[in-house]
Amino acid sequence: MRRGARGDDRQRLWADRWARRIILALSLTAIATIILIFIFIFREALPILTDPTIQQEASLRHLFHPMGGPDLASRYMWQPIALVPKYSLVPLILGTLKTTLVALLIAAPLAIAAALYTSEFAPARIREAIKPAIELLAGIPSVVLGFFALIVMATWMQQLFGFETRLNAITAGAALALALIPIIYTVSEDALNAVPHSLREASLALGATRWQTATRVVLPAASPGIFASLVLGFGRAVGETMIVLMASGNAAITSWRFTDSVRTLAATIAAELGEVVFGSPHYHVLFFIGALLFVVTFIVNSVGIYIIHRVQHRLRGGL
Amino acid sequence: MSNGYRRNRWLLIACGVVIGGSLACSSRAPSDRARAVTVKGSDTMVILGQRFAEIYMQKHPGAVIQVTGGGSGTGIAALINGTTDIAQSSRPIKPEEAERVKAKFGVEVIETPVALDGLAVYVHESNPVEELSLAQLKAIYTGRVTNWKEVGGPDLPIVLYSRENNSGTYVYFKEHVLENADFAPATQTLPGTAAVINAVAKDPKAIGYGGIAYGRGIKALKVKKDATAPGIAPTVENVLSGRYPISRQLYFYTVGKPNNPVARDFIRWVLSPEGQAVVKDVGYYPLPEEKRQEVARHWERDS
Repeated sequence: MRRGARGDDRQRLWADRWARRIILALSLTAIATIILIFIFIFREALPILTDPTIQQEASLRHLFHPMGGPDLASRYMWQPIALVPKYSLVPLILGTLKTTLVALLIAAPLAIAAALYTSEFAPARIREAIKPAIELLAGIPSVVLGFFALIVMATWMQQLFGFETRLNAITAGAALALALIPIIYTVSEDALNAVPHSLREASLALGATRWQTATRVVLPAASPGIFASLVLGFGRAVGETMIVLMASGNAAITSWRFTDSVRTLAATIAAELGEVVFGSPHYHVLFFIGALLFVVTFIVNSVGIYIIHRVQHRLRGGL
Repeated sequence: MSNGYRRNRWLLIACGVVIGGSLACSSRAPSDRARAVTVKGSDTMVILGQRFAEIYMQKHPGAVIQVTGGGSGTGIAALINGTTDIAQSSRPIKPEEAERVKAKFGVEVIETPVALDGLAVYVHESNPVEELSLAQLKAIYTGRVTNWKEVGGPDLPIVLYSRENNSGTYVYFKEHVLENADFAPATQTLPGTAAVINAVAKDPKAIGYGGIAYGRGIKALKVKKDATAPGIAPTVENVLSGRYPISRQLYFYTVGKPNNPVARDFIRWVLSPEGQAVVKDVGYYPLPEEKRQEVARHWERDS
């Protein structure tokens, strides 16, 4: 009897070990995929730094230094299909920052206020309705948001604000905000919920109102988590492609005006990579942009996730 | 100890699976798809190519022709990589692309015009401007002229719309209208002629360009070759006669004459009067008869 039981155990152990191996292999596949993509992108971007024939047309100097020209817009130009190709990344970086800033300025107050409301004030029934609704927003494909912005939002906003150009940084940023709200909301809400109840109870017991408790106790306690939500939102905004491709006008203008059309880094890759001559300087510049985006979003997301972990750890371990 | 070894082995196997998988995908030979003729390239021509294929397959049961878009450059890149039999292109092949074909296959690339297309210049229907010369168009799109009143319109700034720089339409407009000068930085680029038309239809200050085949619902301008020439409307007759100044050829590119007899027969059929009738149905312009006979003669012999 004991021997039989041991045989059973051995069989179970064997199945267990194999299941563990298969799951390990699958999870390693995910890591291997990321590493391979990383290697591929950087290998294709490398000639910008190393290959002299590519560098004649597109070296770091071409990508970042000003060219001769009377005004800002003509000193930094992105005109890759031209007799003398111009590969300045400055208008693209500026465009990306402009749309990202607008998107964060719109999305952050809305999402954080919504998170504060659902976690501190809303009755359970309303919370159960708001939370899934906002999270549903994350499920809308970005191409649909982009199309909505291109056809509907752009016209509304032009009529409302009287923009000279219909598609511009503000329109694209507003559309982008729709994609950021669920990210910022979800992470902020988690951060607010992670604040221990003892803090709220202590505050209320000392005679503070719910509003005072929410704004002066809970919100500061959750602030690192809320900061992390903004960082993750920033990462998404920088890398988001389809919405800005459709709603930004895609004109690479170097200017500080938010009512001008903009062209972002991600949209440039999406628009041009399909047609570029394989192995040309233009091709390698596009991969260089890809590597740049990869590094920026990687750092930003890592920082965001690191902060979230630290906050959770701290709140769990007490203050 | 042995645990560490096992862990490493599993890591190796996992990596191997990924690398092996990606290699297997990239090295899949086109010859596996027996006898199916693949046609790939210009988005402008994708509907045309699909109509060609549809009608040809009806008349030749058993023949399989697959048509996909992606853009002229994508089609030519596929031709260079050996993953398509015929590349459709709305721009002439670039010398460096032709060289790559020669270097890879040892055969010259063959250029076969199959249809004509004209680019229309559109404005909002409320815009009183009726015609522009090529020089005025160049001045507008390079940013030297920025107000409609400078070309006889209302006192409104001009908002420029263009196609993405990956499209054959963009390259054609840049070469033939801008004479290779750069577009003004403020030019907004949109994916597809339909998007340009949509934008122009919503904006009284706008100007845009794109295929005539799409040009419905907004006002297409007459174009003058120079300041003194008469304005020519983008109509069938004017494109066919060559009077309309912004018209172009649409091409098939092949690596030599394809070995696949179906591909050769398909191209011959496209160049026949029957194939050219399809061109008209789709909204482009058939080759002038003389030109058609000249191109078709080239494909009569099999070698």
